[in-house]
Amino acid sequence: MKSFITGLAAAAALTLAVAVPAAAQQNTRIIVVSHGQANDPFWSVVKNGVAAGGQDMKVQVDYRAPETFDMVAMAQLIDAAVNQKPAGLIVSIPDSSALGPSIQKAVAAGIPVISMNSGSDVSKKLGALLHVGQDEIEAGRIAGAKLKELGGKVGLCVNQEVGNVSLDLRCKGFGEGFGGKVTVLPVTNDPADIRAKVKAAVAADASIDTILALGAGTAGEPSVAAVKEAGKTGAIRVATFDMSAGFLKSVASGEAVFAIDQQQYLQGYLPVVFLANYAKYGLMPGGNVPSGPNLITKEKAAQVIDLSAKGIR
Amino acid sequence: MQVAGSFFFTDPFGEALMVNTTQPTANLAPATAVKAIQDERLREVSLLTKIMRRPELGALAGLVLVTIFFLSTADASMFTLAGIMNILSPASQLGILAIAAALLMIGGEFDLSIGSMVAFTGLVFGGFITLSGWPLLVAIAATFVVAAVLGGINGQMVIRTRLPSFIVTLAFLFILRGLSLVGLKWATGGSTQMRGIGDQAGEGLIRELFSGVAFEGVFSWLAAHDVIAKFPNGTPTVTGVPISIVWFILFALAATWLLLRTRAGNWIFAAGGDANAARNSGVPVDRVKTALFMLTAAAAALVAILTVLDAGSTDARRGFQKEFEAIIAAVIGGCLLTGGYGSAIGAFFGAIIFGMVSIGLTYTRFDSDWFQVFLGAMLLLAVLFNNFIRRKVTGER
Repeated sequence: MKSFITGLAAAAALTLAVAVPAAAQQNTRIIVVSHGQANDPFWSVVKNGVAAGGQDMKVQVDYRAPETFDMVAMAQLIDAAVNQKPAGLIVSIPDSSALGPSIQKAVAAGIPVISMNSGSDVSKKLGALLHVGQDEIEAGRIAGAKLKELGGKVGLCVNQEVGNVSLDLRCKGFGEGFGGKVTVLPVTNDPADIRAKVKAAVAADASIDTILALGAGTAGEPSVAAVKEAGKTGAIRVATFDMSAGFLKSVASGEAVFAIDQQQYLQGYLPVVFLANYAKYGLMPGGNVPSGPNLITKEKAAQVIDLSAKGIR
Repeated sequence: MQVAGSFFFTDPFGEALMVNTTQPTANLAPATAVKAIQDERLREVSLLTKIMRRPELGALAGLVLVTIFFLSTADASMFTLAGIMNILSPASQLGILAIAAALLMIGGEFDLSIGSMVAFTGLVFGGFITLSGWPLLVAIAATFVVAAVLGGINGQMVIRTRLPSFIVTLAFLFILRGLSLVGLKWATGGSTQMRGIGDQAGEGLIRELFSGVAFEGVFSWLAAHDVIAKFPNGTPTVTGVPISIVWFILFALAATWLLLRTRAGNWIFAAGGDANAARNSGVPVDRVKTALFMLTAAAAALVAILTVLDAGSTDARRGFQKEFEAIIAAVIGGCLLTGGYGSAIGAFFGAIIFGMVSIGLTYTRFDSDWFQVFLGAMLLLAVLFNNFIRRKVTGER
């Protein structure tokens, strides 16, 4: 019993020690609530952008996301952010029905809101000041057209975030731009699972000559590996949305054709800068800011690899 | 005697004894009558000891510990009225599942399919509303029927095959999750998200019972008299109690009453403690277990209906990993993995601990990368503390 009380006292002392930075709060605080899990390489780049924005603008930033892709939990995180009355709120909006009421509550509380990444179509309606992101369907069309130009006829769209409308739009845009037959392959965000499923899909349908993955680190790299294992490198053109160091190496070496850079670093960085300036001077750009797309082909790949490894692209 | 429940007799002699004491008096009268006065089962214990021996005490102590942790580390806004509602809404959704899971665990079985059941019944409900265009009341009733049938299938498979429920329901975890995806794409023409359910459902009394907030009048009155905080535009920061919290509390009360004050409650303890002994004493074990599986499935359907109506949409990932969270909450609440022991009110507190930890961390200054580490550590701490308290006061195990 005694040792337990000592332990409890130690725990209390520890919590007090941790509590000190909370007391020394700066007055400008910006909270980011995204749907991206911290273990997703894509979102760690956004998070790096947020942190850099906070540092450059000398404001305090907090990045929050639910542990799984869970819209109900994300709405609750937005409510929690609103309760803390930050100087600005940055949200991604993958599901406007589920998140809308919470975002409108933030607006009603007088908190300036910027949306980023997903939700460009509903951003204005929900009261956000502007949206920083990529038009998904248009980006899908551009990628599809490029893949068609490269000679693709039968496509596979690898979706690792089943339930996210933005990703559904990417597949849809891909289908429209590509013109040929496109099948959607739903997978989890576990690379081993994706590799196995893509391998099975290309084995089951030998006519597949094009694969578009919807995330580089999560779906793109395992897709390249699966195509390699199936011995079809070159015969199947692999492209991906977003970027990772590994996928870019494949682009540079010719195993993959291109990566679509939505420059997500800016989706974290710019909203922080905008909201900090808004808090300080009331300044705000007049409309949505497109952060991408930017097709990274073999020629551009090498220079981008360095930055990707650093978590900036 | 009959209604005393098992709690007052949880001593080192274990569950076989508990089973006996939870039987209706008629069934065990000859056994106890013989030994009479010296029998330690009839010994008087003080009220304090009675309170201390309840399984939910540890969970309550764990809740106090977690509250102290957040009082010292989190932003002060966490414990405002709006902050507490914010903690209780995830707690209530999880709690409805956790209480049902607790009853099932006391009955000696697991259901790992409840998370997937949330997604699947959400889709079924959404389909009834948007595709079939059924009125809300019919859609809700039909959803519960579908859930109960699925739960009944789970239960019957476990009973007839004699396989561990862990394995049978694990299979349903995958089957239902997969069916949710297939069904969503079929229903929406390729999307993994079904929207517009909220708009189609219409307004009215039934809608108000399953979505939005309760006691709005009270809260706007309180805000008008400056008792509770308001936004700059004059609306109160809390417009009412989210309806899921009301369901959560009512369900906890009903389940506690069922366990402690009814014959069915005694049957549940008996079925989970020692199914054979219970059968020999005339407890309809198979029917009790099947009913419990149907109840957990119906609880999942209730959560699905509440979240789908509130969010206005459903997607293939709803309820992901909720089965584990529900079982964790039930265990924090004092349920034993072996069955035959536990409480509904303990699961109630367990779910609140879970909600407080999962939302509370966003009120602190910890980097979110550490989130899961903290979540796991806090839960472990709560369970250890709970276990420690229970051992100290009951001297058991």
